[in-house]
Amino acid sequence: MGNKTAGLFLALITGLALVMGQATVAPAANQPRTKDEALGIKLAKLAKQAVKANKHWTTTDHSKIKALDQDFTSGSQITQACLSCHTDASMQFEKTIHWTWKVESEKPGIMNGKAGHAVNNFCISGNAMEDKGCLGCHVGWNGIKEEVNCLNCHGGEKFNYKEAFSDIQAFMEDDDPETQEIVKELQGEIKNAVKNITMPQRNHCGECHFKGGGGDGVKHGDLDTSLAKPNKMLDVHMAAEGADFTCARCHTTVRHNIAGRLYTRPASAERKSLIQDDMATKITCESCHGTLPHKTESKMNDHVDKVACQSCHIPEYARVNPTKMWWDWTKAGDLRDGKPYVVKGEFGKPTYKSIKGEFKWEKNVKPEYFWYNGSFSNTGIKDKIDPAQIVKVSQPMGSRLDPDSRIHPFKVHRGKQPYDKINKQLVAPMLSGPNGFWTTFDMKDAITRGNKALDVPFSGEFDYVETTYAFPITHMVAPAEKAMACKECHIRDNSRLAKITGIYLPGRDKNNFIDGIGIIAVLGAFGGVALHGLGRFFTRNGKED
Amino acid sequence: MNDRNLIKVYLYTRFERLWHWFQALMIFILLITGFEVHGTYTLLGFKTAVTVHNFVGLSWLILFAFFVFWLLTTGEWKQYIPTTKKLFDVVLYYAYGIFKGQSHPVQKSKGAKHNPLQRIAYLGISAMLLPVQMATGLLYYLYNVVPGGLDLSILAVVHTLVAFLLVNFLIIHLYMTTTGHSLFSHISGMITGWEEIYETTKIQEWENKATKKN
Repeated sequence: MGNKTAGLFLALITGLALVMGQATVAPAANQPRTKDEALGIKLAKLAKQAVKANKHWTTTDHSKIKALDQDFTSGSQITQACLSCHTDASMQFEKTIHWTWKVESEKPGIMNGKAGHAVNNFCISGNAMEDKGCLGCHVGWNGIKEEVNCLNCHGGEKFNYKEAFSDIQAFMEDDDPETQEIVKELQGEIKNAVKNITMPQRNHCGECHFKGGGGDGVKHGDLDTSLAKPNKMLDVHMAAEGADFTCARCHTTVRHNIAGRLYTRPASAERKSLIQDDMATKITCESCHGTLPHKTESKMNDHVDKVACQSCHIPEYARVNPTKMWWDWTKAGDLRDGKPYVVKGEFGKPTYKSIKGEFKWEKNVKPEYFWYNGSFSNTGIKDKIDPAQIVKVSQPMGSRLDPDSRIHPFKVHRGKQPYDKINKQLVAPMLSGPNGFWTTFDMKDAITRGNKALDVPFSGEFDYVETTYAFPITHMVAPAEKAMACKECHIRDNSRLAKITGIYLPGRDKNNFIDGIGIIAVLGAFGGVALHGLGRFFTRNGKED
Repeated sequence: MNDRNLIKVYLYTRFERLWHWFQALMIFILLITGFEVHGTYTLLGFKTAVTVHNFVGLSWLILFAFFVFWLLTTGEWKQYIPTTKKLFDVVLYYAYGIFKGQSHPVQKSKGAKHNPLQRIAYLGISAMLLPVQMATGLLYYLYNVVPGGLDLSILAVVHTLVAFLLVNFLIIHLYMTTTGHSLFSHISGMITGWEEIYETTKIQEWENKATKKN
């Protein structure tokens, strides 16, 4: 081969290597694969522009609405005023889980939800809404007893209507002009508050969802008051300097049914853009980002079939406020001088409360990972348990063999809670109220009352069993540059996915036999050449001189 | 020995040398990054190791096709025809004769660059190990794209085993370069293209089949 030919040939292969390199780093796969996907991206861009151009979604200025220009004396009157225009709103709302706290489960005769047969390992049960301590979050004017309180989610300002109305009630009888002046003032305040109507903001949802389980960050770990005004590091979607999304931006609503619930329903079958169709029952990251979300790293895009986006993009949860990780009911009921007490620990959070037991809190928690197909398996109050085992009250469903399952991050809340020793079922102690555990400190009596509210028999004998409750971690998405490093999982020891077995994970897994043979062979080769070389050295290659 | 004169012959063309060293470099990079991806040690960081490994691996795949093309069109493939003739002599030489100062039973020549042992070894490497490594590597890389692909654990195990065998080859290959008439004569031959061989060497009749007319 002549030099010229060889030179040309070299130029050719070098060129090809470069082209190939480009292909390695940015394959064609990054382009939208289907027409729908391309449309989705286009629509998403348009929608973003639309939002940026005009922040006002509404066409109604409620301060100009005549129906709201009246002296209200009860919550019910306010709701009626709302319904005079939004005729079907409360009817719609009363069918949703936000009102009923009940949802059908896959098991016949068993209703999930707080007012259903679901239990957890926090305050355990809502006791069919009998537990008044739980009713603080119900969207009625007075628990379930009065009409829907529209202002709970649509009120532009936080206003204590309950107090205002009882004050008005008390002062109305009084003829004193000064008192009447106060009443007039109160009426004006109520009127202003009622006319200040808004789309649900973070604080509306947060009032209940940030404080689930009885306090800030108790339950979810990825939902707490730090999300009211998050910076970009905490939540890239919700930060003002980020996408500045409210909850409702993703949790879209149709007839007051709010999308995005991750509980008992099967995985979302379609992965379509929210912009294309706001009816998606479940929100997935793919709804907006598509199935090939990474721009440059093709290998990253290869992960999306098995790994949920959240797994890498939420490296830790509870990054600002701590979250509760352990709740031991066996310790509850200890009194000092006959009175309940509280011990505060790290983070200024209670580590002991007589009414609730022992707690452990953690901050910057690394999630646990499970295969997850979008559904949960729940142990409700009617399900049999095996007290010899740790009872999984709520556990993600899915497996490596299921094409719809992804490796997903979870907060697992552990604890000890009471169960019926004879019936082998979890129980639902009544906590609040004059006869609740928090007043009587009598667990047996509390269980009897709570189970009765749910119409579930209680044998009278109870003990405590250790339980786990898993929450999907899906909020607090960090900016892309803060996503998890590959070696968090692809590492021999202490891989985050150490418990995800049955798959081959490069960097984590090896075949001991093959590695053993390999190392012996390499050492053998080294030994062989070393001996041979020494032989040549000492025989001086057979040369005499 | 001393009665024979050393002469220089131009044995390896510029292209062959460049190909050899380029391939050596790629194998070296692939081994270093590959074993990091395997989790044996941490050097570049997993992500960089994967990126480099994929880039070099895929580049090599293309380049190898050119190499095969070149072997076929130039007839150089004949240098790799395996033979058992004198094979035992060569083995015996490395096992015994080399310590006695005997001369190599098969001297290099323009028509026959490789002795029978080299022929078998290089053919095994280029026709067996490298293709297996490339195939498993490509399937590994395309794991998500190729439907019904082999289980990743099988691909990974075969890919790792061949990698170990290549390390093996590399160790022995490097050592063998020191067995020339001086410690670095073979290496300098692969750099300059000129090998020193003994003047008296004749091309054997059985080797002539692969000989180009000089």
